[in-house]
Amino acid sequence: MNPTQLVLQLFNGLVNGSFYALLSLGLAIIFGVLGVTNFAHGAFYMLGAFGAYILFQWYGVGFWYAVVIAPVAIGLLGMLLEVTLLRRLYRLDPLYNFLLTFGVALFLQDVMRLRFGVQGQPYRNAGELTGATNLGIVFFPNYRLFVIVFSLLVCGLVWYLIERTRVGMIVRAATEKPDLTRALGVNVDRWITPVFGFGIALAALGGVLAAPMYNVAPGMAEELIIVIFAVVVIGGLGSIVGAVAAGFAVGIISAVSAVFFPPLANTLVFILMALVLLWRPAGLFGTEGA
Amino acid sequence: MLRLENLSAWYGEAQALRDLNLDVSQGQIVTLVGRNGAGKTTTLRSIMGLHKQTRGRVLLDDQDISRLAVHDRARRGLGFVPDDRGIYARLSVEENLLLPPTVGPDPWSVERLYGMFPRLKERRRNSGSKLSGGEQQMLSIARVLRMGARLLLLDEPTEGLAPVLVQHVAQLLLEAKQQGVTILLIEQNLRFATAVADLHYLLVQGQIVDRLTNDQVKAREQELLKYLGV
Repeated sequence: MNPTQLVLQLFNGLVNGSFYALLSLGLAIIFGVLGVTNFAHGAFYMLGAFGAYILFQWYGVGFWYAVVIAPVAIGLLGMLLEVTLLRRLYRLDPLYNFLLTFGVALFLQDVMRLRFGVQGQPYRNAGELTGATNLGIVFFPNYRLFVIVFSLLVCGLVWYLIERTRVGMIVRAATEKPDLTRALGVNVDRWITPVFGFGIALAALGGVLAAPMYNVAPGMAEELIIVIFAVVVIGGLGSIVGAVAAGFAVGIISAVSAVFFPPLANTLVFILMALVLLWRPAGLFGTEGA
Repeated sequence: MLRLENLSAWYGEAQALRDLNLDVSQGQIVTLVGRNGAGKTTTLRSIMGLHKQTRGRVLLDDQDISRLAVHDRARRGLGFVPDDRGIYARLSVEENLLLPPTVGPDPWSVERLYGMFPRLKERRRNSGSKLSGGEQQMLSIARVLRMGARLLLLDEPTEGLAPVLVQHVAQLLLEAKQQGVTILLIEQNLRFATAVADLHYLLVQGQIVDRLTNDQVKAREQELLKYLGV
């Protein structure tokens, strides 16, 4: 492999990693605070992409507005799901949450399939981010560079929110010891719905960013979501930093391995997960017993 | 200040507490003594609302708090220190101190607590999990004093501590008492219990079988040690 190919694959890996990071970040936050493994996370990513598509096709609303409107709207939809359905299951076996969120994912996919069909819809609106930039030894599409930078900014912002603000401190505490946090006078339940909505909004944001790159289709998250679960496990269940770091790392490793040894590219993430679990059962950034 | 009326608790079908009646007056330090499995921790968790399968009443300042949510009980002035210290590994030492809201009229300032525990100040930016067992214990008690809790519920605060740290905990509790803080603590160490407390409830198989003064505990020390399985 020549250096040009390697650099190109590194950047492609960062693009994939951007999506992995955004999705696993939301998934990790939701798992941490609610203890819910959200199998519908990929469906909300898909809804984010459809949100951008619908806003443009039906209302003429461009990409830059969609980046804000779609995640907020879908985040609110997530909050509605938490209030009406998820909340009823917290006291039951986690299996019920698996079934519910899996069912929601199937339902949302089928609704979109019914309305828009199985085939993907092209979304040809990426703001002014057309063309490519010369990175020295390789030209790389401007929009993909934007996805990398924007995702890093969002992850940084979320990191600041979680690590440096009082709300974030409460989220971290509730993630680690929910009952004790209540016993110290913090109304943990008040934060559950907004946190779920926030995690969903991050997934939807990933979908909006994906819309100009991939066909917007009901099944667009089917393969992605499996990788995202592996990323969250590698980073450490409930770990914010772990989710982001593992997201970008898995993106790069998968992209580079696709050149060196293509048959391994799709399974490498799961081999990595198995190795990490053997070495550190709590994940790379997870805390034992936390 | 705190009154338990016929408090019973269950784990599934198994009854852990049987019609407990107990009084703790304002400014008192009261211990719950009993061997492992007697129901001491369940009593504290039931007062705090963390154990749900209960019957009977928990009165704080003559108001029934039995139906309040856990965080609302804390906001009425309860300060809970669990037996595992409850230190957050994902929070710094200072964040551990600052997490709870202020719930009482007389919270201890962080500066004052740092003055008492210079080690906590030195490590204020470190993760709470990096502290030693004794430092974690100090931090967990400091945390409920910082929130201004009026009634501390302490689950074996001296367990696993070196003798010098046990003395430190005793001093801290007595200083809190001087400020009007009321304390209900679980204690296996009878020497420590008689050194700090005013009154002792002996718990056997989920029932209070005796209410003892310090003199009575000292006079019956050998018999009580048998009860405790020590």
